[in-house]
Amino acid sequence: MNMDLKKDLDAPHSMGTTIIGVTYNGGVVLGADSRTSTGVYVANRASDKITQLTDNVYVCRSGSAADSQIVSDYVRYFLHQHTIQQGQPATVKVAANLVRLLSYNNKDILQTGMIVGGWDKYEGGKIYGIPLGGTIIEQPFSIGGSGSSYLYGFFDQAWKEGMTKDEAEQLVVKAVSLAIARDGASGGVVRTVIINSEGVTRNFYPGDKLPLWHEELEPQNSLLDILNASSPEPMNIQ
Amino acid sequence: MSKSAVEVPPRCGFSFDLCRRNAMLSEKGVQAPSYRKTGTTIVGLVFQDGVILGADTRATEGPIVCDKNCEKIHYMAPNIYCCGAGTAADTEAVTDMVSSQLQLHRHHTGRESRVITALTLLKKHLFNYQGHVQAALVLGGVDITGPHLHTIYPHGSTDTLPFATMGSGSLAAMAIFETKYKEGLTSDEGIKLVTEAICSGIFNDLGSGSNVDVCVITKGHKEYLRNHLLPNPRTYVSPKDYSLSKKTEVLLTKITPLKEKVQVIERGDAMEE
Repeated sequence: MNMDLKKDLDAPHSMGTTIIGVTYNGGVVLGADSRTSTGVYVANRASDKITQLTDNVYVCRSGSAADSQIVSDYVRYFLHQHTIQQGQPATVKVAANLVRLLSYNNKDILQTGMIVGGWDKYEGGKIYGIPLGGTIIEQPFSIGGSGSSYLYGFFDQAWKEGMTKDEAEQLVVKAVSLAIARDGASGGVVRTVIINSEGVTRNFYPGDKLPLWHEELEPQNSLLDILNASSPEPMNIQ
Repeated sequence: MSKSAVEVPPRCGFSFDLCRRNAMLSEKGVQAPSYRKTGTTIVGLVFQDGVILGADTRATEGPIVCDKNCEKIHYMAPNIYCCGAGTAADTEAVTDMVSSQLQLHRHHTGRESRVITALTLLKKHLFNYQGHVQAALVLGGVDITGPHLHTIYPHGSTDTLPFATMGSGSLAAMAIFETKYKEGLTSDEGIKLVTEAICSGIFNDLGSGSNVDVCVITKGHKEYLRNHLLPNPRTYVSPKDYSLSKKTEVLLTKITPLKEKVQVIERGDAMEE
């Protein structure tokens, strides 16, 4: 048991994760949980998985913590150089493609899925999903990480085109909290980043402020309450 | 034909005979002796004036304690210290290496080292070795931008936290931190909390033990409290003490220096062409 725990603690730091990126009319909302696990131990219960690449482009990281941190460090560095060369802020497409090139060309070493989201003056708010393997796909919304499995149906039903900023953020928070309820590798707090023409807003939703779902709720009008209240002795069947 | 073995004179060079024996033993399931690890409990926390790092002092070689009082808090820069867990050789080597890189950097820039510089250097190195350099570190320090505390995992990922624990005793220590940590602790409260967390690791984890080391880093000042607490004194010390019986009488003392003293003859003229 002791050796198993040791092996677990030596396991590579991975982010089980739920990450989401959603466009709305005017910009994008990125959301993520905050749990980083090493085997079954939660190494960091309040990590920030939404990392800045430039002033107007952020990336949600999932998978191996080390791999995703290194990739985002390299992309931040390349984008910085690119911004100096261009003389103007980098577009979301360029940022996403840099992430894609690193992911694709090192696909045998890296194990990380990312969602790049941001706002630029040419295309407005854009979301690009870059899963394992290095595909790049531009989508109106993208979900990733182990917790995303539980959200495909939810998004099919709840997603609609042309939401307002508040609707989009509420959707993201609700979705991440649903995934946290069902996925063991996601948990902690919900962090969101809203990017639009006015700038960037970071929000934080602590665990106790999130909605509870289904079996997490206190039982209401349970038959057990009624049975226990009326007769303390076992019921006689005659 | 007699079956007795013929005496063969030993050949020079490496004898590979035991390699075959080792391979046979590992096939049979006998494990090779493991390397020296620091089982360890290491912790760090941010308090109102800076950071406090703490560590236990036990180094293990498999099930044996090979060093009862080792130093796990390594010097990186005058304002940055790093606790190391994992393979002792790896933590020593990687912290020494980055410490000298930081010193060179200080000479180049003429400025005090920043914690984030140490973090990036360590992270890049560990990622390049894909986790084979088994060093799990808690890096803490105070620089011009303020107090910083980071954890670095063997695969190269890092976390920035207000309180952190690493090593086999990290769960025990984290339990203490999660219960008692609050923001804006004073120096004495911080030291007390760190000591409690390390003691929790020492008493509840088999890989950690012996004494508590603490290091307090504040703006412009550091205090390295080596063996701040010794909760495991040797209980049964022989009252007679160890001494060798003085039965041999000294008759003659003669000291022969092994190095010949070289005579330097002063030459008046310098060499001329």
